[in-house]
Order: sequence, then C-alpha cells, then structure tokens
Amino acid sequence: MEPHFLAAEVSTSTSRGLTITLFLVFVAVTLAITIWASRQTKTATDFYAGGRQFSGFQNGMAIGGDYMSAASFLGIAGLIALYGYDGFLYSIGFLVAWLVALLLVAEYLRNSGRYTMADVLAFRMRQRPVRTAASASTIVVSIFYLIAQMVGAGALVSLLLGIKPGATFLGMDAGTAKVATIILVGALMIVYVIVGGMKGTTYVQIVKAFMLMTGALVMTLLVLAHYKFNLSQLLGDAAAQSGKGDAFLEPGLRYGIESASASATFYSKMDLLSLGIALVLGTAGLPHILTRFYTVPTSKIARKSVLWAIGIIGTFYLFTLALGFGAAALVGGKAITAQDKAGNTAAPQLAQALGVDYLGGETGGAILLAVIAAVAFATILAVVAGLTLASSSSVAHDFYANVIRRGSASERDEVRVARISALVIGAVAIALSIFAQSLNVAFLVALAFAVAASANLPAILYSLFWRRFNTSGALWSIYGGLIAAVVLVFFSPVVSGSPTAMFPDSDWHWFPLSNPGIISIPIGFLCGWIGTVISKEDDTAKYAELEVRSLTGYGAH
Amino acid sequence: MTTEVPSSSTERYRAVQDSAEFGRLRHTARSFVFPMTVAFFLWYALYVLLSAYARGFMSAKIIGNINVALILGLLQFVSTFLIAWYYSRYAARKIDPLADKIRAELSAGDGDGVKNSED
Repeated sequence: MEPHFLAAEVSTSTSRGLTITLFLVFVAVTLAITIWASRQTKTATDFYAGGRQFSGFQNGMAIGGDYMSAASFLGIAGLIALYGYDGFLYSIGFLVAWLVALLLVAEYLRNSGRYTMADVLAFRMRQRPVRTAASASTIVVSIFYLIAQMVGAGALVSLLLGIKPGATFLGMDAGTAKVATIILVGALMIVYVIVGGMKGTTYVQIVKAFMLMTGALVMTLLVLAHYKFNLSQLLGDAAAQSGKGDAFLEPGLRYGIESASASATFYSKMDLLSLGIALVLGTAGLPHILTRFYTVPTSKIARKSVLWAIGIIGTFYLFTLALGFGAAALVGGKAITAQDKAGNTAAPQLAQALGVDYLGGETGGAILLAVIAAVAFATILAVVAGLTLASSSSVAHDFYANVIRRGSASERDEVRVARISALVIGAVAIALSIFAQSLNVAFLVALAFAVAASANLPAILYSLFWRRFNTSGALWSIYGGLIAAVVLVFFSPVVSGSPTAMFPDSDWHWFPLSNPGIISIPIGFLCGWIGTVISKEDDTAKYAELEVRSLTGYGAH
Repeated sequence: MTTEVPSSSTERYRAVQDSAEFGRLRHTARSFVFPMTVAFFLWYALYVLLSAYARGFMSAKIIGNINVALILGLLQFVSTFLIAWYYSRYAARKIDPLADKIRAELSAGDGDGVKNSED
C-alpha cells in the first residue's frame, strides 16, 4: 500500500490542476444551463416547481441528485472502508426509506399541494400558525443538512487539492483555503438558486446524478475486475487488509458494540436501533425531497419519478459496497485514516489507486483522482443548491405570502422574496459552516434525518390519513418533534461528555444515545395525537376535499 | 394559498367522499399501501434487530466470505425493488382507472371542464 501513498505526494500537482479544471468545466456548464433556465422562468410555478414539466425519468435523476449527497458518496464509502459491514447499514436504511415516500407520501402530496410541504399540512388547518411551524422545521432541517455538506466541502478541499498543514495553495494555508472553498461553494449555490430557480436547479441535479453514477460505475467495474468478479475474494481481501479479520464483515464494529459493561452494550444497541429508525423514516420528511414531487405534471408521473429514483439510488448504494470494500482492500485502512480520520477520502483515494493500476501509472492515478474529486464537488454543490431552494421557497411561500401578507402577495412579490431568502439563508449557512468546521459531518446529516422524521413525517401522515387531525395537532406534532429531537441531541454524548464530542472538554450530557430518533419520533407522533384530541376543531368538510383531491388528482395544480 | 373553490363545492366533495365508487377507490389504494408499509417496515426492523442482537447468526458464512448479514442486507435491496415494481403495477391496473373515472366525472361537473386552478 506504501507505493500508492507515495504516488499521492508525487502526482498531487497534476491532479490538483486537473481537479480544478474539471470542476470549473462543471461549473461553467451548469451556470450556462442555469442562465438558459432563467430565461424560461417567468411565473411562480416556474421558480418553485420548474413549470411542472419534467418527465418521470428526469425528476427521478434529479431526486437521485438531491439525495446522493456527500454523506452518501464520501461518507458511506468511508464508513464501509473503515468499519466494514456496519457502513452498509446506512445504505440499506437510506434506500428502504424510499418505500415510505412511494407508498404513503409522493402521489398524495403531488395531488393536494402546490409548492411546499406546508401546502399539505395547512390544507385543512388555520393557515398562519401551521405554515409558520412548517417553515420553522423546514429551515432547521435544511440548515443542518446544508452545514453538513459545506463543512464536508471545506474538509475535502484541503485533502483533494493537496493542501496540508504548513503547505500553501495560491498563497493560502489550509485553514484559509477551507474558508475560501466554503464561500465559493456557498456563492455558487446562491447563484444557481436565485438565477435558475427550480428549473435550473433540477438540470444541475440531473447533470450531477449522471456524473456521479458514471464515476461510481467505472470505479465499481475496476474494483470487481481486479478481483475477477469474485465478490468473496474482494471481501476476504478487505477483511485481511483491515486487520480485523472476519469481524470486518460482520455487524458490530461501529454500532451496537458489545463491551464488558452491560449498560454500555445496551445503549450502543439502542443507538443502532435509533439510527435505523431515523434513517428509514427521515427521507419522506425532508423538505428538499418533498418539493421535488411538485416538478412533474401529475401524480402518476410523481410515482414514476420515485420508481426511477429507487432504481438509481439503489444501484448507487450497491456501488458504494464495492467502493467501500474496494478501498479497504486496495488502499487500506491505515492509508485512509492517515488522510482523513473519518474516512471521507476513501473513495477519491481508491480512485487514485485504481488509476495507478489500470490507467497507466501515476498520471492515470492523478487523472482518476481528479475526475472523482470533481464529481465529489459537483455532488456537494448540487445538494446545497437543492436545500437552499427548498428552504427559501418555504420562507417566501409559507411565511411571507401566507403568514405576513395573508395570501395577498402577488406572484412577483413572492418570487422576489424567495430570491432574497435564498441569499440570506445561503449567507447564514456560509457563516455557520465557517464556524462549524470542527463538527462531524455524519452527526449533522443524522440529526437532519432525525428532525425530519420527528417533526415533519407525523404531521404529513396524520394530515393525509387521519380525518380528526387539526390545527392544534399539527402544531403539537411539529413543535413537539422538533424540540424533542434538537434538545435530545444537545444533551447527547455527540455534543458534550465524550472524547469525540463537539465540546470534548465539557460535560452536560444526560441522554445516552447519539441519535435521538427512537425517542423523538414517537414523541412527534404522540404529541400530534394529544394536540388533536384536546382541541374541538374538527373540519370534516375540508377533510372530504383533501381526501377526494389527494386520491383522484382532481383540482391538482 | 390552497385552491379557492366555491362553497357549494363543499357539498360536492362530501357527496363524492360518500359515494360507493370513491369508497372502492379508497379501499383499493389503502388495502394495498397500509399492509405493504407494515410488511416492509417489519422486514426492515427484523434486519436491524438481527444486526443488533443475533451476531452469531448474522456472522455465519454461506459461500466463501459471504455471510448471512450480507445476504440479508442485499435481500433488503431486492425486496425494495420488488415492492416498488409491484406497487406500480398494482396502481396502474387497479387504482388509476378508478381515480381517472372519478376525476373525469368531477371535471365534467365543472361545466366547461376547466380545472379550478390557474396553473
């Protein structure tokens, strides 16, 4: 494994230049698309929902583009490379979650909503309080998700561009270069959203999804070819190189760790269950995913786009299996942790090793590394654009148009406010990301999923399927789930009281789990039920309308 | 804002909701999605619980280095793909025709058949 590591030093400047070039090409192409899209963005429907003219396949690709974030590509490959089988749990949870969206949410949401998640939540409720609550949880989920992506971009840049402590790039040291990257990524995403709206952003997602799938496919084929398509041999080699033997291929290295202490074992296993629940229930509550269902003309096409998304995302997660175990076998855990303790660079490092072996030595390694690094940046950029759009849409459509202006705002006003909000939310995310650089990326993404599952999903399901559900229930479930999730994380060992915490030197934790899902999701559902039954409001007429429209598509926008 | 419909339409929605035809549509959709949701959730929960509490079983090797855990994990992929495919087939054959018919009747009732929204 030593040669690959040395090659990294030698070919750094080649791949650095190539990475920058390829990334600039991606930016130029997507900016051109964005400007083209902006000429066709005239109405609010164009801005929020891309004119509702995308096909099932296009939207399926765009959903994949929105969903396969830095956490999926770099995070999961890294977890598998370092912890083996346990990293695969993430892939499974992230994929199975799509059945919730397919069976229970996508079509009904498309039929009864217009631009945002809150359109469905507020359908038969008092508009102002419910839209305020939905807007708040949309922003909280999106900001956590955004920070995770941008911190990931900052951490990657110093590794991918070869900037090490002490070294400089264009006269910047590692710290300055990270901040510069975060600002650059943030500024680009603001441009995509403000100029291109949903139409431009959707095309960016499609281009990115295509690049990511192609890059992952090529690497997967090279890994499998290396082992003559013998999966067992790949696994055996990965286990041997990991130094952990068969345990590497079994559950328990990262989650549900069995130790001498009975209570530590119990909590570690609870944490595994909690993570499993948050992953599978979080997806159908993510605002940037929900708004994707509005970009197609009908609920049938929304269904088709979810089918495409399941195919694309599922295939991609199968690739990550080969990438993760391939990185463990061909790069080795030591070389990976030497670059990045969390394993986030496992996939790019594997690309380099494969390039060296199959594409003609060091130059080949530098080229493949550069390509995969550019794909990783494109991935992050596209995801942050989708998140910014979803949250600025919610601010403009839910909070400004319906709460402040009480429905009297013109379309023009609404879109203007959406653009201003994108600027503000983007700026806030940039600022927070710069201060949050020491935070763990996986923690932020898991928190976003847990908050989405606790605050949004109960309200969505109750709204669609429970006749008695009312304003009070919606407020209780959104605020109850939101507060429970955020408070439990704040008092968890992720924030304080453990060596890997955000504040390792302080200790105010009393909640033993690092993922709050197993407690906060039931709290969200329970609060929704309590809030409903203590209120007398019971609008059966409005429910008749919602039920008829959501099932038949009558009167859909 | 959600679509503004004339208040007289309230009675129309109630009438549709109470109709036998709509009852059949609702039953056709829900008798599929609810049991299927419970089924895939339990199947996923079983997998997570086995990962947490049945380490010996999950570690048993089947072919070469491929163990039960990996096979069960891959089966989650297979079941997800199959459920998605089966649902789309079921929806296209059983749910869509009922929904299309009721929607067409409602639209015809609008008089000129114009949808009640602007986009």
